[in-house]
Amino acid sequence: MTLVADKPATKSAGDKPSAKRDINAFTGLAHIALIAWALVTAGPLIWVVLASFKNNTEIFLGKPFALPSSFSLQTYFDAWSEAHIGRYFLNSVIVVIVSTAGTMLFGSMAAYVLARYRFPGNRFIYYLFVSGLAFPTFMALAPLFYILKNMGLLGSYTGLVLVYIAYSLPFTVFFLAAFFKSLPYEIEEAATVDGASHTRKFFQIMMPMARSGLVSITIFNIVGQWNQYLLPVVVMTGPGAESKYLLTQGIANISTSAGYHAQWSTLFAALTLSILPMIVVYAIFQRQIQAGLTAGAVK
Amino acid sequence: MRHGKYPFIIGFLVVPVALYATFVVAAYIQTFQLSLTSWSGLGKIDYIGFDNFVKLWHDDVFWKSIKHNLFLLILLPIITIVIALVFAFLLNVGGGHKGGQTRGVWGSKVYRIIFFFPQLLALAIVAVIFGRVFGPDKSGMLNGLFPASWKPWLFLADERYAMACILIVLVWQAVGFYVVLFSAGMGSISTDIYEAAALDGATRITLFFRITVPLLWSTIQVAWVYLGIAAFDAFALVNIMTVDRGGPNGASSVLSLMIYRNAFDFSQAGYACALGVVLFFLTLTFAALTLRVTRRDSVEA
Repeated sequence: MTLVADKPATKSAGDKPSAKRDINAFTGLAHIALIAWALVTAGPLIWVVLASFKNNTEIFLGKPFALPSSFSLQTYFDAWSEAHIGRYFLNSVIVVIVSTAGTMLFGSMAAYVLARYRFPGNRFIYYLFVSGLAFPTFMALAPLFYILKNMGLLGSYTGLVLVYIAYSLPFTVFFLAAFFKSLPYEIEEAATVDGASHTRKFFQIMMPMARSGLVSITIFNIVGQWNQYLLPVVVMTGPGAESKYLLTQGIANISTSAGYHAQWSTLFAALTLSILPMIVVYAIFQRQIQAGLTAGAVK
Repeated sequence: MRHGKYPFIIGFLVVPVALYATFVVAAYIQTFQLSLTSWSGLGKIDYIGFDNFVKLWHDDVFWKSIKHNLFLLILLPIITIVIALVFAFLLNVGGGHKGGQTRGVWGSKVYRIIFFFPQLLALAIVAVIFGRVFGPDKSGMLNGLFPASWKPWLFLADERYAMACILIVLVWQAVGFYVVLFSAGMGSISTDIYEAAALDGATRITLFFRITVPLLWSTIQVAWVYLGIAAFDAFALVNIMTVDRGGPNGASSVLSLMIYRNAFDFSQAGYACALGVVLFFLTLTFAALTLRVTRRDSVEA
């Protein structure tokens, strides 16, 4: 059963029971610690779901994990339509789909050329991209805002998508360049001999070969861009911007106003609505997501 | 080369490089430039030399923010890494040895799935959740759990505990990610090493300190840098969760929030850029220091 008890069994039979008890105690303690952390992790989320069914009196009663007195989906309808969670959600979905697709297309194009073609300035451009990893995004908030303002892109999805792509490029290029470099050259050479163009080689040979790397980094970008808060707050300003809010922004906005209107259950319903899809997606793609998010750190 | 190599290269690079140059490189360069001006964000740009940095030096909120960032910078990596290492060890090696394989405790997969989940949530959403978890009356989760006779704790509304609350939330979200990261590292450690050590009668505690930690050192280093960078951010948490955004009375102000507020709430774009420059050098110093201090002879797994 255990490291210590298994092997030296021949050495002394008397050792075995005490060692075994020792190990069992250890495993027991391990489980207690693990269960405790699992509760700490899941507790606040379960509490949010429970509170979304409670009215204000129940919420202020102070039994956080008591079951709600009645189940009604009314708070969810309120959150979806009156608090506009539905719209924010859709906004986020559209922005993330377009920007992740753009990031992957432009990122892999740049990474491929930088990884596999020699030309003057190659290293300069590569390091220009990679150096972006060293700069914190929010140090340049003010200039970024005025650059967008001068281009008339404030409060527009176009502006937000372009900014998302630009700020996702350093890591995407860095990661994919390393990946493209590691792919074999023979197949590509054979294709050249057969007369395939550079563009065709990229889309029909290199992209399929790089699939596993592309999947990891796509997941990484989807999660990163879905969770963005700082950039939308900076870009999505100006008249009429509120209807274009993304989910993170919208929820934060509801939370500040919920206090004034004392509509806590609507806030909790809104939170539940934004967490649930993540749980569903996570349940399905759990392995890929863990691999994708940790890919950057392992490399 | 055949097929026109250069048109192809230029065609593939022009869009990404243009986007990157316009929104990232230009913004960073302008940060340095504008840090030397008194620009409000509108109208004329006046160069005032290093006045912004002198002003910073005498700004109480700035020093408070630096102190809070350092608080997170020191405690967030230490606490997260220690918790994550212990859990990763229990999940991977803690179950002992059976059938020629070192294994984790029973149910380790389920634990890993639960632990990792918070990483998927936006920090902004986590901030809203914990704003309520730390609610200062009986509607808050923690105050609700406390015995009814206790006076409600103020948590975020108490100057003494506001930063601690922020630290707790950051740790809550980060641990699972590093458990998975360290697990991946432990998976690549050969089981032969554990077996050999076990034959020599090593206990699990010894295994942890003598084998796991040294062999994972480079991963731990990476974790340290990542967590340090997260400690310099925390914008979403402070902006959404704290009382009066950075309060009470500046007790939870951090650099990122100062930059945001100066740029957009106080119309002090020049000053915000000066703060950005300081932040840049702090981040750089931190990364260089970490790599230097934690350098060790690498051990091959």
